[in-house]
Amino acid sequence: MNATIGRLLLTRLVAAILTLWFVATVVFVITNLLPGDVAQELLGQSATPEAVAGLRKALGLDLPPWQRYLEWLWNMVRGDAGRSLVNGSPVAGLIGSRLGNSLLLAGITALVAVPLALALGITAAVHRGSVYDRIVGAGTVLAVSVPEFLVASAAVLVFAVQLRWVPALSQLGRLDSVLDVIRTFALPVLTLTFVIVAQMARMTRAALVDVLSSSYIEMARLKGAGQARIVVWHALPNAIGPIANAIAFSLSFLLGGVIIVETIFNYPGIAKLMVDGVSTRDLPLVQACAMLFCGAYLLLVTMADVAAILANPRLRHR
Amino acid sequence: MSSTTLPVARRPLALLFSIGRLVMPAIVLFWLAMAFFGHWVAPYDPAGIQDADLFEGISRKFWLGTDYFGRDMLSRILAGARYTVGISLMATSLAVTAGVLLGLAASAIGGFFDTAVSRFLDALISIPSKMFGLVLVAAFGASIPVLVLTLAVIYLPGCYRINRSVAVNVAALDFVAVARARGESTFYIMIREILPNMVGPVLADFGLRFIYVVLLLSSLSFLGLGVQPPEADWGSLVRENMPGLPYGAPAVIMPAIAIASLTIAVNLTIDSAFGRHAREGVR
Repeated sequence: MNATIGRLLLTRLVAAILTLWFVATVVFVITNLLPGDVAQELLGQSATPEAVAGLRKALGLDLPPWQRYLEWLWNMVRGDAGRSLVNGSPVAGLIGSRLGNSLLLAGITALVAVPLALALGITAAVHRGSVYDRIVGAGTVLAVSVPEFLVASAAVLVFAVQLRWVPALSQLGRLDSVLDVIRTFALPVLTLTFVIVAQMARMTRAALVDVLSSSYIEMARLKGAGQARIVVWHALPNAIGPIANAIAFSLSFLLGGVIIVETIFNYPGIAKLMVDGVSTRDLPLVQACAMLFCGAYLLLVTMADVAAILANPRLRHR
Repeated sequence: MSSTTLPVARRPLALLFSIGRLVMPAIVLFWLAMAFFGHWVAPYDPAGIQDADLFEGISRKFWLGTDYFGRDMLSRILAGARYTVGISLMATSLAVTAGVLLGLAASAIGGFFDTAVSRFLDALISIPSKMFGLVLVAAFGASIPVLVLTLAVIYLPGCYRINRSVAVNVAALDFVAVARARGESTFYIMIREILPNMVGPVLADFGLRFIYVVLLLSSLSFLGLGVQPPEADWGSLVRENMPGLPYGAPAVIMPAIAIASLTIAVNLTIDSAFGRHAREGVR
């Protein structure tokens, strides 16, 4: 039995690594497909041919594509993402100085969003078909159909402009008290939470409704067990796998949301760094950030798969 | 679907839902019409600076206030529909056409072709859509033809996956086997036998895909990486008016509400036309 699980998990891990390699290849191909010449573009039209040739050599552009690809891939594996085309500093350093900020934002959001989503999903599943359930259902459809920047700007309008509870922009730096932390992170976290809670609550509800409609639950009900006991004692243990799956999967939506949220609140994280990189066409920076985000996404999706495998007895015995 | 026999709504919530059933498609049709006629219907010249303050509030003269140049917001939103709806429609049509054709081909041909295409496109799904968008824009820029292609490429894999799974189920039915036995060509089987039997799911998928495309396009434009000035879609309108946010200017929130009205209306129209379960599993 354990060997089966081990093999399944190993398969997932290998698949994740192969996918990451594929993604790296796609990113490399896309960012090298452009007919233009990076060296020419950097130096401008008035550059002498010698200067362009020199820069091409310095950037390694004179090598054949496959050789550049292998070198780039090897550097990525080693964590050396090259130098920024815009200011010449190492990309790894640029990312390193901001990664902590982004992780902090994501972490706080997860701490807020996960309990909230579970509460919404579980209560909606328990009161399936009620007005409350329909309102939660309609709310989640609304939340996934609305652009993140609408949520963010509405939050700023209400809490910063009308009520003046929090500043409109987050400024890291003066985090002296708990109150400062709350004031800095309130709006970004509120926006991100709104974005991911909908998906998570919907999947949690679906997982629990599935379990609640099985015959052993009916048996428990016939036996005279109370509603709370049925949900907590009988249903939840069997829904943990799908719910863990839902949490990990929904957290991957953070990656998209964080791009908008860091921009709108001027938060110094890596998503902001990447957006700035795209607008200045700083390709090494964009490549590195893209790989980081895709890696995080794959990690979360793989964790979702692993949770589903570990918690499902049918998969364990396959 | 069977709305003719519905009794008068008993509860207020049910009444609300049945009103929504009529209003939502109307909103979708309204924005579709504005994509074509928005420029003509607009009360003012969308690019013309009016005799007004910057970031004016809602007034009888300027229904949705004015923007950071003192231009009429309502006119700019109506004119922006051309870009938001137009680009999204083109991109979605491209993605769905390609996705359906590939899905049909995979189900009709099967074997190695099916495996190869499925593996390749499934691996592409593991790039988050916003990230994919940023990388493509970084490499190819943000002209409108490039944006259409970018959005189509990003949503092709998901579209293929759905349509292939539907087509494979149809392809396993008896009448397809009969057509094969008659000696019909693969193309004939794809188009005349399988496709007519999956029109519903294809349309539902088209609607959902359209929503994702509108949201992604708006996000890119909001980041300044989508539609470029002087042209402005709804995402660009939000971006250029962000300085008005501290004053609570309607210029910031109105274009965002326009986006939400479109996506929510499409979403609920699909719900009432195809049933709620049509959305499940689509991503």
